[in-house]
Amino acid sequence: MSFIIRRLVFYLVAAWVALTANFFIPRAMPGNAVQDIMSKFPNLQPSAYKALEAMLGVGHPGSIWHQYWSYLDDVFHFNFGTDVTEYPAKVSTLLFETIPWTLTLVGSATIIAFVLGTGLGIAAGWRHGGWLDRVLPGLMFFQAIPYFFLALILLEVLAISVHIFPLGQGYAGGLIPGWHWAFIGSAIYHSLLPAFTIVITSVAGWMLQMRNVMITTIGEDYVLAGQAKGLPNHRVVFTYAARNALLPQLQGFGLALGFVVSGAIVMEIVFSYPGIGLLLLNAVTSNDFPLMQAIFLVITFTVLLANLIVDLVIVFADPRARAREVAR
Amino acid sequence: MTITLPVSADPAALTEPPKDAGRWRRLPTKAKAGTVLLGVFILAAIIGPLVTPYDPSYQNPSPDLSLKAPSASHLLGTTQSGQDVLSQLLVGIRLTLELAVIVGAVATALSVIVGVSAAFLGGFWDDVLSLASNVFLVIPALPLLILLLGYLPQKGQTATIIVLSVLGWPWGARVIRAQTLAIRNRDFIAASRETGEGTWRIITYEIIPNEISLIAASFVNTVLYAIGASVALAFIGLADLNSWSLGTMLYWAQSQQALQLGAWWWFAPPGLAVALIGTALVLLNTGMDELGNPRLRDASSVAKIGGHRLHPADPTPVLQATVPQATTRGALAGFLHSFSRSSLQRAPLQGAPRRRAPRRGGER
Repeated sequence: MSFIIRRLVFYLVAAWVALTANFFIPRAMPGNAVQDIMSKFPNLQPSAYKALEAMLGVGHPGSIWHQYWSYLDDVFHFNFGTDVTEYPAKVSTLLFETIPWTLTLVGSATIIAFVLGTGLGIAAGWRHGGWLDRVLPGLMFFQAIPYFFLALILLEVLAISVHIFPLGQGYAGGLIPGWHWAFIGSAIYHSLLPAFTIVITSVAGWMLQMRNVMITTIGEDYVLAGQAKGLPNHRVVFTYAARNALLPQLQGFGLALGFVVSGAIVMEIVFSYPGIGLLLLNAVTSNDFPLMQAIFLVITFTVLLANLIVDLVIVFADPRARAREVAR
Repeated sequence: MTITLPVSADPAALTEPPKDAGRWRRLPTKAKAGTVLLGVFILAAIIGPLVTPYDPSYQNPSPDLSLKAPSASHLLGTTQSGQDVLSQLLVGIRLTLELAVIVGAVATALSVIVGVSAAFLGGFWDDVLSLASNVFLVIPALPLLILLLGYLPQKGQTATIIVLSVLGWPWGARVIRAQTLAIRNRDFIAASRETGEGTWRIITYEIIPNEISLIAASFVNTVLYAIGASVALAFIGLADLNSWSLGTMLYWAQSQQALQLGAWWWFAPPGLAVALIGTALVLLNTGMDELGNPRLRDASSVAKIGGHRLHPADPTPVLQATVPQATTRGALAGFLHSFSRSSLQRAPLQGAPRRRAPRRGGER
């Protein structure tokens, strides 16, 4: 259990760092955010100035510790304040509207890419020097493409030149979101191209990493021993080599996740996908600082949570992670 | 980059001529391809802005030149406001590479400082510095970058460089710390400590020269990160939108609906440039990995001996001698021969190779 507890403490520290950074960035940065917002929205009443100051913590009511505590309290209750652009709307409502879209899209696409890339990596590593191994440099090109650029290309080819896929949005116009098949089908249809983008760009990274670990693992004595025992090839590949090679892959999953999420939120902009990326773009273009801060926190916490889940999987999959605890 | 070798280094390394002609040939193919590709872009960045056919910002008022497809006078076409895409691209490559190299240098220097000092200070400070780099690795970078840049009043090149450098060091720091910890316990460090060398001298003359390949790899990674992040940030609009970088080109193409207008020549060149620079860096990095770990090399270094694929790191194979006599005999002669005394000497050689020796008709 102590492995899990140590990881848990680590993620709590990471969450606290993110929270604290989020608190101090507006206070440490030069410039006047409130002034910026007021000049962008001439229809805001002068009385809003005080409210904005309080929200962004610029006017410094009370001591810094007092502000900090009330800020933590607010975050804990999902109280991210009122949105500036869509004025009476609360930031948390906007977030709850967009999070499911991004979470479903990025989550399922990442899992598909991970499974696919790991499988291909196993094949490329086992048949080292085979054809799969030789197309790898070509795949690296896709790894280096920015997500949003691939999205542009795919849209140009598959939605504008050939009308196979829709031009963007999360679902066909005129449909009312809800749990009925017309809407779900349309949502899946609209998410195919964005998901495809994520899979294409991230699969090469998983594949390369898995291949490299596979090749190192195949050189180990226990793999040779497995072969010497005359075990069938698939058993040596999967239960001897791949199972051990998978652990570094899982550990890398957590770190790569932040990268994938970052790429995906920019990609959403190209597809006008109604997720958190588009919300972030709107926040940036309109200097909507409370929304930007809330999005940062939400994305960070989601990534931390995903990392924790991966750690649980590692404990489940790796006897050494469990054995270490017994030894202590 | 010249590295002054310490006196304690292997004397053979000092007598070796510094320019080895065969060194380039022995590089893995991936490293070669990466170097060439990157060289093209560096060349474009150096001489590109000097040879731009037009001023990248000049808006040609002639309506014929709005959104013109590539032609002889405008090799990559024009934008909606009549600007020359090729000129923008050449200037943009310079600006993007410049930013990436500066960020790479600053962030790598930071990661060396953090990594080496964490390994050397040990104890409490090691815990703090490792924790810090792990925390910043796990927090997704782009939203934090957006937040930092969003609050900055002017979002120019310098601001982007500072913000990217501040967040670019944790990966390198982690790797360098691990390597420093491993090197620190080697005998030659103990020896130089015995001879009375100070900590600083050990770090700068013994440790860092031994980590050059790792530092180079972390530099390449950081440049890759800087290009990706700066282009993404500019694409969102968090950059000086009056300057021409690959990211701002994409921003204008997207915000002025280049895709919907069918102007592929507007958004494809900057995006392809980013992708190709990225590919070059990935190839370079993989090539450097392969240089250090020959096992990872691809098929080009695999030799085919006796029908078996052999990798450079495989043990020396023990294989059947070519053309065993038995295969040159007919089936009946072979059967008869197997009773003779001389067949005993050949018998072990014929022992079960997994693959049958290829039959060569001419030898029959």
